Parts: sequence; structure tokens; C-alpha cells
Amino acid sequence: MSPHYPRLFLLILPAAIVFTAFFIIPMSRLIFIGGTGENGWAAYYAIFTNSRYLYSMIATLILSFSVTIISVIISTIVGLFLVRNQFYGRDILISMLTFPLAFPGVVIGFLVILSAGRQGLIGYISKALTGDKWVFAYSIAGLFMGYVYFSIPRVILTVMAAGEKLEPSLEEAAKSLGASPWQVVKDIIIPALKPGLIASSAICFATSMGAFGTAFTLATNIDVLPMTIYTEFTLNANIAGAASLSIVLGLVTWLALYIARSLSGTSVAPAG
Amino acid sequence: MRHKWLFRAQLIFTLLVCGFLIVPVILSALAGITQNFFLGIKSGVTLHWLGEVWQLYSGTIYLSLLIAIWCLIATLVIGVPAAYVLAKQNGKLARFIEEIIVLPIAIPGLAIALALIINYGGFRDFRTSWGFILVGHILYTLPFMLRSVLAVLSSTNFHELEESAASLGASFWQRFFTIILPNAKSGILAGALMVVTLSIGEFNLTWMLHTPETKTLPVGLADSYASMRLEVASAYTLIFFVMIIPLLIAMQKLSQKTNKV
Repeated sequence: MSPHYPRLFLLILPAAIVFTAFFIIPMSRLIFIGGTGENGWAAYYAIFTNSRYLYSMIATLILSFSVTIISVIISTIVGLFLVRNQFYGRDILISMLTFPLAFPGVVIGFLVILSAGRQGLIGYISKALTGDKWVFAYSIAGLFMGYVYFSIPRVILTVMAAGEKLEPSLEEAAKSLGASPWQVVKDIIIPALKPGLIASSAICFATSMGAFGTAFTLATNIDVLPMTIYTEFTLNANIAGAASLSIVLGLVTWLALYIARSLSGTSVAPAG
Repeated sequence: MRHKWLFRAQLIFTLLVCGFLIVPVILSALAGITQNFFLGIKSGVTLHWLGEVWQLYSGTIYLSLLIAIWCLIATLVIGVPAAYVLAKQNGKLARFIEEIIVLPIAIPGLAIALALIINYGGFRDFRTSWGFILVGHILYTLPFMLRSVLAVLSSTNFHELEESAASLGASFWQRFFTIILPNAKSGILAGALMVVTLSIGEFNLTWMLHTPETKTLPVGLADSYASMRLEVASAYTLIFFVMIIPLLIAMQKLSQKTNKV
């Protein structure tokens, strides 16, 4: 096939030009700009030394970790159930559970406001039941709700893909040898799902770390890292600070996905 | 009957999760056609809010569609040939290029937008045109087109097909257009639906890249959430759902079909 090298080169050239001009060069410059602030390259340590940045980073990490754990638990139960059972209405249920995949963060923020905001459904119900109006859309609980909302569809899809590859014969064998249902789950199902679970946890974690739209709509008093970057850039005109923070954030999300891919094998592709 | 009990418990749990996802969507759709959300649906059904949204924001809807179409064209022209090259070559360089092209999935949109603004923000005509937003959308959606086509090509034996065509005298370009493209069709279609859906809904990049003259649908949504009454914001969201849900259904139908084959 070697005589075709010039033509193959021609076919990949448009992608190469676009990516060099609009991605590789701008991102490389962003790395350098991050080091041009008043503190120079120390700006990259600012995430540890500047208390506001550090607080924002820790808050974002804790939020993303807890969202990941809850979403993976919920989605594993739901995903396994859907893969292992055939019943009337199953396809519609799957459709509804995966639709929100393509909702932008801003829309999800708005849905949280409609559910848990000042005129929200949860407040209405809680007032009728307890006399207290529960409003938590604009606190960390609202953010948490929104992040779990956009994570569940992603994780369900990955769990279902992994669940379809489970060998029913293994379970049958274990059961016939007298294993309890819990032992089957613990010793057979979970280990078989492990690569899929690692991959979906990483996708979930990385998406939560970088999510901007939901926090933007809810305008909470908790500054997640993307919001801190946004404020540095637009309100404080601290371009170097925003650049260094976004490079650090990009490294964290990329690393999460990279580790997951090497742990779970290359066969698992993130997202869609 | 332990089995039945377990099935029911799981079904109820699944329905609850489904409710968590769907109830807010229904709530928002209803709020968009209700006279007064605070009083509830009994205050009457109206198309007034939808009309108001159309008056205020129809420009954003047109712009989003325009950008989505151009983004689709660009990802087809750039992405499909690139996917073919990457499917054909197994070397380290090919894997490295693939790694770079899919990088925008792993990096938050905010960082990419910042990089674009810092580099090209000075070119005023470019910065204030919707082409600036288009560039961001192309970077963000290209990985999905590439992955989708690459996955389909890797699962077909296009090498053999190509070789037999070559032995019958088909030229390189003839083979590309009559063998590779038809064989990659399902991947191209799935990728195309994904690109359009993602482009219409993209916010993280677009919010940074837009100007007052170039507002897309999600930018308009954010604007209405911050400044309009709940009914108008809901009506606007309803329009967004109406645009995006047929695309999602088409995507699901397509993936069901390819899974069955």
C-alpha cells in the first residue's frame, strides 16, 4: 500500500491544518500565557497557594467525586436491570433514560430551578406535606442534583454496553454450585463489569470537573473551578490566571480519562 | 417468589430514576404553555409565550441551525477522509494524530475557548463573525465524527474489498468514493446526527466565543434564564426540546438497527 502515501497525506491534510491552526497553536500559547502573569510560571502553583483557587479546586473535586459515586451506583442498578430483563415498555424506558445525554448544562440548570427553585415542584410538594418549602436549587445540593442528572444517562449507556457482554453461563454455573445471589453479584457480575465501571466513572468525573453551563445558570455561591476561571477572565481580566487554571483543569480531566482508558483497555471509547 | 420481588424492586427503582430525569422536562414543557406557572395549568393554556420567544429569539434559532449545518459539512469534509487514513495506517504516528484529534473531548470547552480568544481575538472581523463560533464547534464535534467512522471502518474488511477492486483496475479515488464511503455509510450517518445534535446544544465554548451579534440558541437560553419570566424561559426551552428530540430518536433508531445486524 506504500505507493499511496501522497494521497493519504492529502486526505488527512485538511484535518491537520484545522487542528494545527485552531487547536495545537492556540493551546500551546495558552500554556505560555499562563506563565506570563505577575508571578510568572509560579502561576501554575497558584492552585495550591492562592486560597480562593485552592478552595474552588477542592470543592470541585469533592463535588465531582460524590457525583461520580452516586451516579455509578444508581446507573449500575438501572443499567443491569435493563440489560438482563425483557419486558413491555423497556425500549421506551431506555430512550427516556438516555435522552438527557444531549441536553446542554444550561438547560439542566434550568430544570433544577424548575424542580427545586423558589417556584419549584419540590418546594410545592414539601409545603403541602410538611408545611416547609424546600428550596435548594441555588446551593451545592442544586449543583449536585444537576450533575447527577447529566451523569446518569452517560453511565447507564456504558453499563449497558458492558452488561451485554456478561456470560450468563458463568452465573448459572455459580448458582448451581450453591452461590447466593449476593455472591453472584460480588464475585461474577461486578468483576466482569469492572472495566466498564472504571471507564464510566472516569467519564462522569471528567465531565463534572469541566461542567460550566449548570453552575452558570444556577449562579450558586459555591465557585466550581470552571466558574472561577470564567470570573478571572471576564470580571478580573486576569488572563494569565485564567489560562493557567484552565490548563490545570484540562490536565486533570485528560488524566482521568487517560488512566481509565489504560486500566480498562482501549476497547472502551468515552462518550457517544 | 424471591425472583419476582427482586424484579419489582428493580423496576420501581428504574421508574423512579426515569421520573427524576423526565418529570422536570415535562414540567418545563407545561410551564411554557401555561398562562401563569405560579397558579398552575388551571390558569389556562396559551401560545402567547411561544410567540414572545419567537419575536425575541428567532434569530438565535436560525443561527444555531446555520452553524450546525456548516459544522456538519466541515466535519464531513475534514473528518471522513481523516478517519479513512487513520483506519488504514496502524503506525505510531497515526495513533498519535488520532489522540490529538480526540483531545477536545477530554479538555473543558472553557479552556479551548480561552485559547481561541487569546490567539484570534485580535482579528476583529473574524472574532465578531459566527465563523468564530463555528471553529469552536468543529473542534468539539470532529472527534465524534472521526470515532464513529473509524469504528465502522475497523469492523469491516475494507482492505480486502479495496485490494480486489484495485486488481480489477479501480483507481485510488474510485475506490475511495465507491467502496470506502458506501461501506462507512452507517458510521457517517451516526456521526452526522451526533455532530448536529452537539452543535445545536453546545454552550461551554459558545458562551465565550459569542458576541451580542452572534447569539446561538443555548446562549439565548442562558440569557432568558437570567432575565425573562419563567414562562418565557420555559417556552424557549420547549422549542429547544422540539428541535433536539427528533435528532435523538433518529440516533437511537440508528444504533438499534446497527446493533441488530
